[in-house]
Amino acid sequence: MALQVPTMAELMAKGETPDILFWVGCSGSFDDRAKKITKAIVKILNHCNVKFAVLGAEESCTGDPAKRAGNEFTFQMQAMMNIQVLNGYEVKRIVTGCPHCFNTLKNEYPELGGTYEVIHHTQLIQDLINTGKLQLEGGSTYKGKKITFHDPCYLGRANDVYEAPRSLIEKLDAELVEMKRCKTNGLCCGAGGAQMFKEAEKGNKEINVERTEEAVETSAEIIATGCPFCNTMMTDGVKTVEKETSVKVLDIAELIANAAEL
Amino acid sequence: MVASVIFTLLFFGGFGFFFMQILKIRSNILLGRDLDRSGDASTRWKTMLLVALGQKKMFTRPIPALLHLALYVAFIITQIELIEIIVDGISGNHRFFAPALGSFYTFMISFIEVLSVLALIGTIAFLARRNLLKLPRLTMKELTGWPKKDANLILIMEVILVSFIFTMNGADEALLNLKSNQSNGFLISQYVGPLFFGGIKNHETLHALEQIGWWGHFTMVLVFLNYLPFSKHLHILFAFPNTYYSNLNPKGQFTNMEAVTAEVKLMMDPTADPYAQPVSDATPQRFGAKDVTDLTWKNLMDAYSCTECGRCTSSCPANTTGKLLSPRKIMMDTRDRLTEVGNGIRKNGKDFSDGKSLLGDYISEEEIWACTSCNACVQECPVNIDPLSIIVDLRRYLVMEESKMPTELTGMLTNIENNGAPWQFSQNDRLNWANED
Repeated sequence: MALQVPTMAELMAKGETPDILFWVGCSGSFDDRAKKITKAIVKILNHCNVKFAVLGAEESCTGDPAKRAGNEFTFQMQAMMNIQVLNGYEVKRIVTGCPHCFNTLKNEYPELGGTYEVIHHTQLIQDLINTGKLQLEGGSTYKGKKITFHDPCYLGRANDVYEAPRSLIEKLDAELVEMKRCKTNGLCCGAGGAQMFKEAEKGNKEINVERTEEAVETSAEIIATGCPFCNTMMTDGVKTVEKETSVKVLDIAELIANAAEL
Repeated sequence: MVASVIFTLLFFGGFGFFFMQILKIRSNILLGRDLDRSGDASTRWKTMLLVALGQKKMFTRPIPALLHLALYVAFIITQIELIEIIVDGISGNHRFFAPALGSFYTFMISFIEVLSVLALIGTIAFLARRNLLKLPRLTMKELTGWPKKDANLILIMEVILVSFIFTMNGADEALLNLKSNQSNGFLISQYVGPLFFGGIKNHETLHALEQIGWWGHFTMVLVFLNYLPFSKHLHILFAFPNTYYSNLNPKGQFTNMEAVTAEVKLMMDPTADPYAQPVSDATPQRFGAKDVTDLTWKNLMDAYSCTECGRCTSSCPANTTGKLLSPRKIMMDTRDRLTEVGNGIRKNGKDFSDGKSLLGDYISEEEIWACTSCNACVQECPVNIDPLSIIVDLRRYLVMEESKMPTELTGMLTNIENNGAPWQFSQNDRLNWANED
C-alpha cells in the first residue's frame, strides 16, 4: 500500500487540521538509511489511522547542530523561521523521528515563542499500543530474540525518556538485554554536539566502535536505537568490528512496523 | 587563665582569617555574569537535601560511597565535640557538658569515637586507592603536582585529627584509671587508652598527653578550616549552595542567548529602521566566553565546588577514547584562572589584564571541540557541576566572535543557512522520500 503522507498545506487547503504534526527532520528526509525509519513511522501512523501531516518543503533544520556547535545566530534564525511556520499552521502537538529535533523543539523553542507538546516517536507508538490502536499479536518476528537498546543522549539523559523504547521492545516478546552502560549511564554513540558533521579529535579509539563493542558483548542479535544519528554511528561500528552478518541495527519504529507486518 | 586567652585569640584569629578567605571567594564568584537561579525554592531545598546532605549521586559507585559516608558523618558529628572544646577552651573547664548530660554524654562521645575509627579506615582506604592501587581516575595527568599533593595532604590531616582525638580521650582515660581506678566509659578509648598509655604511671605525663591531644585537635581544626579555601576540599561547604542553585531544566536544554534574540528579531522585522540608534550605548557583551569573567556566577561556583574526584572524566566518551578533553580539567582550569583574575583585580583594580585568558592559555580549542554534549559528566557529578555549559560558552566565543571552528563545521553551518539542512540538499526535495521505493 502506498504511503499516505499529507502535508500541512494540503490539509489546510481542504480546511482540515491534523491531530499531530510529524516533524521528519533533516536526517529522516535526506539520509538513505534514516528515510527507511521515516517510512516505518508513517506505516505505523497510516495503519492506526492517525490524522497527521508533515511540513514537507516548508520544514527546515531545527538549528540543533548549529546551537551545539556554538552558532547561536544560525540556530535562532532557523528557530524563528520554523516557529513562524508552525504558529502559522496553529500546530499544537508534534512527534519527531529524531531525539535532537525532539529536544530542540520541546526545550529550546518555547523561549523564542514556539510552545508545543512535543513527543518522540517511541512515546507515540507506546501510546498507540496502550490505547489498543496498534496490536502486535501474531507477530512472532522477534519472539525470543536478544535485543539491546542504545539510549540516545538527547532522549535519555537530556530528557529522561528511558522507559518508552524499552517497553516497546518488551511488547515484541523479545529478550531485552542491557549493555554495561545503559539508561542514565549510557555511553554516547559519538555523534552528538555536532560531532556527526566533523572528524573526531585525535584519540586512541572511535567512540562508536567502543559503544558497538559493548553492544556486541551482550550477544544481542539486534541493536535497537531511537535516533537516526545513533543508527548511522552504530551501523558503522558494526561494520568496523565485522559483525554485519550477525548483528543488525534497527530503529524501534522499524522493529514495531516489522512485527506488526506493515 | 593564660590558656583561655591563647585559646580565645587562636579561635577568633582562625575563624576570622577563614571568613576573610571566603569573602574573597565570594567576590571572585560575583565576577561572573548574571544568571537567574531563583524561584522554586522547595525543589531547590529538596535537591540540596538529597544530593548534598544525602549524597544520593555518590551511591552509583557503592564502595567509595560508603567510605566517603563514614568520613562525612564523622566530620559532621565530631563538630558537636568541637562545641565543647570551644566552651572548655574559653571558660577553662574540662568536659563542660559531661555532668549535665550524664549518660547521654557518654553515648555521644562513644558515638563520635566509633565514627572516628570508621573515618580512619575510610581515610586509609582513600590513601591506598590514590597511592597504592592507583585508580585511573585518581592518577590522570591533570592531577600531577599540586592536585595530587592537595588530595594526600587533606587525607593526612584527617589521620592527624583522628589521632589527636584518641590521644586526648585515651590519655584522659588512662589518667582516670590511674587516679581512681574509674573509667570514662567511652566505647573506644576505654580500650585504646590503657593499650597506648596504660604503661605510664605518672599523672603529669598523662595530663600533658591529654593536653597535647586537646590542643592538637583544636589547632588541626583551625589549620584544616583555613586550608579549605585553597584546596579542592572546599566541596564540603560549597556542595550545599552549589546543589541548591542546580539547573532544574532538562539537561538537553542549552541556555538561550537573549542578546542574539534581540538582533535576530530586528533582522526579521520588515518595519525595523536600519539607521536607528542602539537603545543603550553600553559596550555590548562578548558573545560566549573567552575568559572566566564571561562565564556565569554559577559556572564559577561550580569550579569552587569541584573536589576533582574525576567521575565526570571517567564517564566522558571523548576522554575514555583517548581525546584531550577532560571535564574535570575544565573545572580545575576555571578555578585556577579565576583565582588568578580575582587576585589581579584586588591588586590592580577593576581593569586588570594580564594578556591571558581561560581559552587558549588554560583550555585549548582541541579540548572543547572533542565534546559530544552527551551530558554524561553532568549526570555523574555528585554535586551537580555542569562542565558542559562552560564548554558550550567557549565554543560560542570561538564561533561567533572569531569564526574559528573545524572546517567541516563551517560547511555544515553554511548548508543550514542556505538550504535548511546540514547537508547540501535542496529544501524543496524534503518530501521526496515519500515517493521513493
